[in-house]
Amino acid sequence: MANENIELKDYLRETNLIHARLIALVVLLGVLGVVLMGRIWYLQIVSHQRFEVLSKDNRVRLVPVAPVRGQIFDRKGKVLAENIPVFTLEIVPENVKNMGQLLDDIAKLIELTPNEISKFRGLVRARPDFQAQVLKVNLSEEEVARFLVNKHRFPGAEVQPRLQRNYPYGGEMAHVLGYVARINQQDLERVDTQAYKGTQYIGRLGIEAKYEDQLLGQVGFEQVETNAHGQRVRRLDLNPPVSGHDIHLNIDVDLQVKAREYLEGRRGSVIAIEPKTGGVLAFVSNPVYDTNEFVNGIGHRSYNALRDDVDRPLLNRALNGRYAPGSTIKGLVSLAGLENGWNRNTSITCPGYYKLGGSSHRYRCWKRSGHGPMSMIESIMHSCDIYYYQLANWMGIDKLQAYLRKFGLGQQTGIDLIGEPSALMPSRDWKRRVHGQPWYPGETLITGIGQGFTLTTPIQLGAMIATIANRGKRIEPRLVNHLKQSGETNLIPPRNELPIVDAQSENFDQIIEAMRAVVEHPRGTARRSGLNAEYSIAGKTGTAQVVSIPQGEEYDESKLTEFQKDHALFVSFAPVEDPKIAVAVIVENGGSGSGVAAPVARKVMDFYLLGKDANAIDSETLLSSSSGSQLDLEATGGAGQ
Amino acid sequence: MMRFKIDFPLFIGLAILCIVSLLILWSAGGESSRLLFSQSVRMGVAVIVMLAIAQVRPATLFRAAPILFGLGMIMLILVLVVGYTGKGAQRWLNLGFMRFQPSELMKIAVPMMVAWVLTRKSLPPSTFNLVLAAAVLAAPAALILQQPDLGTTILIVMSGGLIIFLAGLAWKFIAILAASMTIAIPLAYSFLLHPYQQQRIQTLFDPWADPLGAGYHIIQSMIAIGSGGAQGKGWMDGSQSQLEFIPERHTDFIFSVFAEEHGFIGFLFLLLLYLLITGRGLYIAYYTKDTFSRLVAGSFSMTFFFYVFVNIGMVSGMLPVVGVPLPLISYGGTSMVTLMASFGILMSIHHHRSLMSR
Repeated sequence: MANENIELKDYLRETNLIHARLIALVVLLGVLGVVLMGRIWYLQIVSHQRFEVLSKDNRVRLVPVAPVRGQIFDRKGKVLAENIPVFTLEIVPENVKNMGQLLDDIAKLIELTPNEISKFRGLVRARPDFQAQVLKVNLSEEEVARFLVNKHRFPGAEVQPRLQRNYPYGGEMAHVLGYVARINQQDLERVDTQAYKGTQYIGRLGIEAKYEDQLLGQVGFEQVETNAHGQRVRRLDLNPPVSGHDIHLNIDVDLQVKAREYLEGRRGSVIAIEPKTGGVLAFVSNPVYDTNEFVNGIGHRSYNALRDDVDRPLLNRALNGRYAPGSTIKGLVSLAGLENGWNRNTSITCPGYYKLGGSSHRYRCWKRSGHGPMSMIESIMHSCDIYYYQLANWMGIDKLQAYLRKFGLGQQTGIDLIGEPSALMPSRDWKRRVHGQPWYPGETLITGIGQGFTLTTPIQLGAMIATIANRGKRIEPRLVNHLKQSGETNLIPPRNELPIVDAQSENFDQIIEAMRAVVEHPRGTARRSGLNAEYSIAGKTGTAQVVSIPQGEEYDESKLTEFQKDHALFVSFAPVEDPKIAVAVIVENGGSGSGVAAPVARKVMDFYLLGKDANAIDSETLLSSSSGSQLDLEATGGAGQ
Repeated sequence: MMRFKIDFPLFIGLAILCIVSLLILWSAGGESSRLLFSQSVRMGVAVIVMLAIAQVRPATLFRAAPILFGLGMIMLILVLVVGYTGKGAQRWLNLGFMRFQPSELMKIAVPMMVAWVLTRKSLPPSTFNLVLAAAVLAAPAALILQQPDLGTTILIVMSGGLIIFLAGLAWKFIAILAASMTIAIPLAYSFLLHPYQQQRIQTLFDPWADPLGAGYHIIQSMIAIGSGGAQGKGWMDGSQSQLEFIPERHTDFIFSVFAEEHGFIGFLFLLLLYLLITGRGLYIAYYTKDTFSRLVAGSFSMTFFFYVFVNIGMVSGMLPVVGVPLPLISYGGTSMVTLMASFGILMSIHHHRSLMSR
């Protein structure tokens, strides 16, 4: 009882104490409220006049000054992406009384397309009224003069000098450089908006996107005094912007242009790499599109035309095109065999087909009548399928795919572009995971000739042949050689070290000799492309099936539509003794590797090594040689050449 | 007896504040529907958190206080070791699915823990309990100051200090404390504060000394408020705000936008709203019977008004810029959830205002 009394007494004491303190808090609350009220009263009532004057007449604004975007050059210093001054007509909506009237009046002096007007209207709706919006870009000098004479009639409209991205080579570099485009709402949510203050463009694809951070530069700020209408009166201070890095590419733009020319308008890709450095000399994907059209927003109609074009010019084949490598990998499969203990002197007789034990299915050679007895070197030279069915079957898929992977097939090469696919090198695990099926022995056979599930990209094939040229030294291909800022600071983008393929030197000798025979031996599949070469060439042809031919039927080109014809491939490097260039060519639905792809590679190498332009020398020779290759009997032989 | 617990006077006051927030944000954020949408979502989440916490009994909160505090301390240490750095300060823990700011949890856990320490014995506290309470307050404050986050540190010290004050800290102690503060502040200024924090304070005393540099933002903010006058320039018509003179105009400096566009009359309305909400909280503290609840309710209510005072004080050039948002109006998520959670606790306390059994 006594205890309870004490507790009750304590509790009452606590209550009184806390109540007193709460009342003190209420007093404090009142004081704080009065202090705030006094401060705001002082600012808004007592000093209102002063601040109103400051707000109206003497506005100091921080105006962002956009940096100049870095330029892009090729390996010889030719300009690939530059900033050219243009005049743009801009309007501050806030200062316009009647927008419709103003646009009508301007249209009488300067031609305005409905597209320009609707784009401008959209910008005006989306952005605050005090921001200037672009009505028309690229005004001619005459238009500028006509506008300036009448300027007093158009309050709110201004002609401004601006820098605009320009690609002097148009579409030739489209798939390497990508392009810049106007920053849109999605970009703004993704980037640091502070860094893009005042900048109107952002890199969309290719080098422009990959090296966006370096190209952009740093925004500067200018402190300006403005009048009541927000127009500048004078500059008070300037924190200058820092221009972006200039980028110097490994690309040789002359070679790039010629390589595309040599494709003669066919869909496909040409990759040329300097094996020692991994520098990409040419990175062609055909067809192309003019990137200059994208800089200020391509119209819907033009864009849809590009998007719906059956030749798919927007597709970057060199990076994203996925093709069966076909016979181009036979040299590698041989090397895989040798490294796994296959006797180099093994000879196999090719009867034109191959059967797995316990199955009646005939896996055919591209040469129906068979090649007869084949040594390993001959099997590469003639591209005999039967030899590789047997070799692949002996090795098994596990060893085979593991070895092909060492050369980067089915993996990203690490080239400095965004969005490189890994394509596909199949394995037992992969098939179980994706198809839920076990691996079948027959699939090993067709993997051995580069068909079946295997998919590679042109840049992968280029990196693969460069690795062979380097005798196993893998190197990440690079479009960019170095970056420069204000002509001084050099920056070389870092490269990942890739593992060196461990193979015996004499095994490399063996397959390189065989690949040399492909081009130089009188009976090699690419002998026509090796004729009269002033340097030594090693290469391998490939013809990849697009549609599968049912058992017991012939590949008959005349029955197939354009898009069902075989892809033509060729990989090569030269000179063999001291490789300076490695070339991979893919011509979509081109027919045969020897007839269509190999000549392109030869011309590319002639141009790069000798400075000889096949198209310039003698157009008549060219005509006869191209018609000659169509008569080539082997061209109709089917997959595997 | 299961009843849904909610305090309508508080709820209505908070709801009006939220509507005002969305209206100002539409103007301050450059009419961005994205900004408005994400703020609405956060408000929704915060209100749900508040109503959920309102259903928890104060006795449970009492028992949870040491656990929450312990968790918070662990996370504060983690944040210094492995935390995520944003805007130059290391405040975030990445939990994989979300980023979490432990100092926000401590805004609730620290005052509760201080109250927990003090109410285990009867009040006024013994010297030993006072020292213990001071330690419980100082440890997290020191950690948060390291991040560095001066604004949050001040608010946490304030809320814990309020508990000690309410618990009956003798006036003579308060006098001694005030005296030593006047000595300590210049020392702290020279030795504890980061250079950027020192500069903010220098700017405060004389923004016009460097009108284009350090003083630029505060001057522009004062011009915005002052040019608003009695009536304001009208919603969406504030030239200072709309022409981007004001920095962070949808977060910490949103009051400048409001004051420019709605004037002194608008300010009085907003101040009244804040005073009413705070007053309701103090009323709840006065009429609840349990000591722990009294302390917590009193501290939460008054801390809420400290937010208002510090924020308006800093944007009007009266206090240094320490990065305290205007409560429930500034754009931003975590502090809104914390504030609403504290109001949830107030609602729960009010519902269980008769003596609680432990």
